[in-house]
Amino acid sequence: MSIVSVQNISKSYWRDSLEIPVLSNISFEVPEGEFVGLMGPSGSGKTTLLNLIAGIDRPTKGSIIVANTDVTKLGESQLAKWRSSNVGFVFQFYNLLPVLTAFENVELPLLLTKLSKKERKEHVEFVLKVVGLADRIHHYPKQLSGGQEQRVAIARAIVTDPTILIADEPTGDLDKTSALEILNLLQTLNSEFKKTIIMVTHDPRAAERAHIIKQLDKGELT
Amino acid sequence: MHILKLIIKNMLRHKLRTFLTVLGISIAISAFGLIRTVVTAWNAGVEATAADRLITRHSVSFIFPLPLSYRDKIAKVEGIESITYANWFSGVYIDKKQFFARLAVDAETFFDVYSELLITPEQLAAFKKERNSCIIGDQLVERYNLKIGDVMPIEGDIYPGRWEFVVRGIYKPRDKATDPSNMLVHWNYIDERMKKEMPGREGYVGWYISKIKNPNDAAVISEKIDQFFQNSSAETKTETERAFSQGFMASVSAIFTSMNIMSFVIIGIILLVLGNTMIMSARERIREYSVLRTLGFSNFHLVSLIGGESLLIAALGGATGIAFAFPMVSGFEAALPKGWFPIFYIEPITLILASSAAVLVGVLAAMFPIQRTLTTKIVDGLRQIG
Amino acid sequence: MKIPFKYTIRNLKTRRLTTALTVTGIAAVVFVFAAVLMMAYGIQKTLIETGSDDNIIALRKAATGEITSIIMVDQANILSTFPNIAKTSDGKPLVSKEIVAVINLSYSKKEGGMGLIAVRGITNAGLQLRPNVKLIEGRMFQWGSREVIVGSSIHKRFQGTNVGEKIKFGGDQWTIVGWFDAGGSGFDSEIWGDEIQLAAAFGYTGAYSSILFRLDRPDAFDKFKQEFEKDLRLQILDVKREKQFYAEQSEDMAMFIRILGIVVTVIFSLGAMIGAMITMYAAVSNRTVEIGTLRALGFRRRNVLAAFLVESLALSLIGGLVGLFLASFLQFFNISMINFGSFSELAFNFSLSPSIVISSLLFSVVMGIIGGFLPSVRAARLNIVNALRSG
Repeated sequence: MSIVSVQNISKSYWRDSLEIPVLSNISFEVPEGEFVGLMGPSGSGKTTLLNLIAGIDRPTKGSIIVANTDVTKLGESQLAKWRSSNVGFVFQFYNLLPVLTAFENVELPLLLTKLSKKERKEHVEFVLKVVGLADRIHHYPKQLSGGQEQRVAIARAIVTDPTILIADEPTGDLDKTSALEILNLLQTLNSEFKKTIIMVTHDPRAAERAHIIKQLDKGELT
Repeated sequence: MHILKLIIKNMLRHKLRTFLTVLGISIAISAFGLIRTVVTAWNAGVEATAADRLITRHSVSFIFPLPLSYRDKIAKVEGIESITYANWFSGVYIDKKQFFARLAVDAETFFDVYSELLITPEQLAAFKKERNSCIIGDQLVERYNLKIGDVMPIEGDIYPGRWEFVVRGIYKPRDKATDPSNMLVHWNYIDERMKKEMPGREGYVGWYISKIKNPNDAAVISEKIDQFFQNSSAETKTETERAFSQGFMASVSAIFTSMNIMSFVIIGIILLVLGNTMIMSARERIREYSVLRTLGFSNFHLVSLIGGESLLIAALGGATGIAFAFPMVSGFEAALPKGWFPIFYIEPITLILASSAAVLVGVLAAMFPIQRTLTTKIVDGLRQIG
Repeated sequence: MKIPFKYTIRNLKTRRLTTALTVTGIAAVVFVFAAVLMMAYGIQKTLIETGSDDNIIALRKAATGEITSIIMVDQANILSTFPNIAKTSDGKPLVSKEIVAVINLSYSKKEGGMGLIAVRGITNAGLQLRPNVKLIEGRMFQWGSREVIVGSSIHKRFQGTNVGEKIKFGGDQWTIVGWFDAGGSGFDSEIWGDEIQLAAAFGYTGAYSSILFRLDRPDAFDKFKQEFEKDLRLQILDVKREKQFYAEQSEDMAMFIRILGIVVTVIFSLGAMIGAMITMYAAVSNRTVEIGTLRALGFRRRNVLAAFLVESLALSLIGGLVGLFLASFLQFFNISMINFGSFSELAFNFSLSPSIVISSLLFSVVMGIIGGFLPSVRAARLNIVNALRSG
């Protein structure tokens, strides 16, 4: 059974009445528990596709069904609510809030749930243990290394136990050792915690970890 | 000139921020102009005074009257060209909120001494002939829609009873500093009625005004006059018109002090606004500035870049603020009860002060960001993101 | 409020300098705003405390104050015979026929300049009618002598007003034999002496400035006033409760200060609001990626709007509290201003009231809302994808 179903997606931007197509007619399925790698040169539209699946952007045409919900049909605030429980984000530059500690950053998405303070604390401590940062709970982002920051970001992405994990170049800003750690972590999440992961990358070492590779070029799947 | 081009490009980078900063400065500068104008309007009475006029009043307070018999004695003092007298008539015209000076004057001599009140000889003659007539300033004509021949009813307070005066003349002020809103009535007319209705109150005037031949003799003549009346029932105090007005102004010094403090506060606020903008810009651009330094730009260049931007914004704000000040001052005047300030206009010195304030703020606001930029190590600056 | 408050506070702490500058701007405006209201309230408080509810004052109609009022002796005598007027222990009507004149005195050397001071010629009944006046040093003046006592503000602020010194006015020397405290009322700014002596010195023959009296029952005023208005001989006069008389006088002065002060502070506040707006716009643009991240995590536009509005409110409220805190020290300052009604100086304190505290804080909150609204809307309206990309 596929958890993500991308159906005939097209996306264009408008620049001064000039239509710039980014994606044209893309369809594919992601089965539950898969680790998908999206690859392709710069400007091929991989991040746009990822954003569409994550529900932070809207396609010009087509629909995207994630766990039986047509994401493209949701309104603005329904979409926000949907994201908070279904999508976990991992960004290239981590995007942690610099004024919050590791704990508080990870706790953020839980503030949108009905969990009590105590439950939130348990969840946060659990995921930080999963990513191996139990001893860095009260550190601020600037007191952490790049690899550690990305691990906090991954903890934040999984703390709500989302349906899919979206990662955009998660190793793009990291040195070799840290990149390796992050990839190992993602692989563990996929194999042991059965997380569906969709990852954009142009790092061949990262792509190796994925089970399915989709190649994008000039807005089309190849 | 490359630096100027870069300054302008930097200014346009955050158009909204630059616009808001300019707006903030201009509002503050126009407020500054308004406050200074209010202060100068208060002072206008002092400015309008002539150096060749002496005021002789009761030594205790200008509220106490002097006998009319003093006139001939003062006139005899050497160096005095002409003499006249006046008194507060006050009273209520329409209601208590109508502010303009109502004076009882000697019709024959008043306009000889006050040559800055311009009136045609025909109107003056008509005024002198009719005992219950009055002369009013042209501002009152406009304010109350009056014309020659109209009757102004007044409910007396110092001189109780109901009074009616026929407008027989309208004077124009000779210069901007002259009060255009006086109402002048016959002292003789009032005195006669006092004689009938309140015996014992006749024959008193408020103060004497004498024109002297040589302003340099003011001190000597004043002393002579006062000596004359020493140990009499009503001792006098004579001083130049300017000193007289200043004495009166001293009693409202609390307002002056607070207004002066306020004009400093407003400059402080502009400084905060511009300083904030400059500090934020410098922080966001710390990396760029480091890049410029690696490219070989000297400290001097950076100082002119940051200082130039600060000065340019301050100058723009100052200029718009001064332009705003004019409509604001007239709006403020319109909002006040009529006649609070008979003379209300922006003086050149106010404009000079406002422009210097803007420039000063421009310089000060740049100091901190310049210091911060120059003391940042190039390598640290390059590492900084955002 | 889904986005935690500590996010707001820590952001304010991070850009310390900018926060401090913005807060200072708002504090300065709130300081001036509060100071103006405190000044106006101080004047009102002083003058309202001057008047007693039980006392009635008679003045000439159309007079703006005691100084421009004249009551002839025969009118005063008619008034004294009215029914309902309270009696002293020895059976005389409790009526004080007084004169008020204004003289010039030199301020203490520190302040410099001359001030206009009210001198009140008072009677024994007048003293009984003002029981809150307490002699602090020296003794009471003797009736029939050229002696005076001075109010505490005069004693503190003017030269040569110590007990035993002499001041010159009305063509004679007057010995100061004591100084009194009138409980912070307007009488503290007056000099008191024997009515007969002062009337002679100032040439008040056959007339008084005002008449102060009390009725036998406090609730008899309306009835008294009806009777009074029927008497054709007294039509030129007007009677008021003393408290109301002083309240009306304070209204004119307080209004002047309020109009001037509020016009000025509103203009000032524009400056401070623009300052807050610039700060908040910068906060939004510096944190675009953070906003994008929060939105991607599932926070809604209104959460973002609220977070930034709260930040702006926190800025302005801190500014308001600082401004108010500083302004509260003004209460220790005593200043004086000319009272247009009496043509003499009135000394008063800046005074703070709960309503001034509330309006100052409200004023700062309004500045925060107005200054922060547009930037917060911008933050809320950011497109997630673009916001994430702008890093």
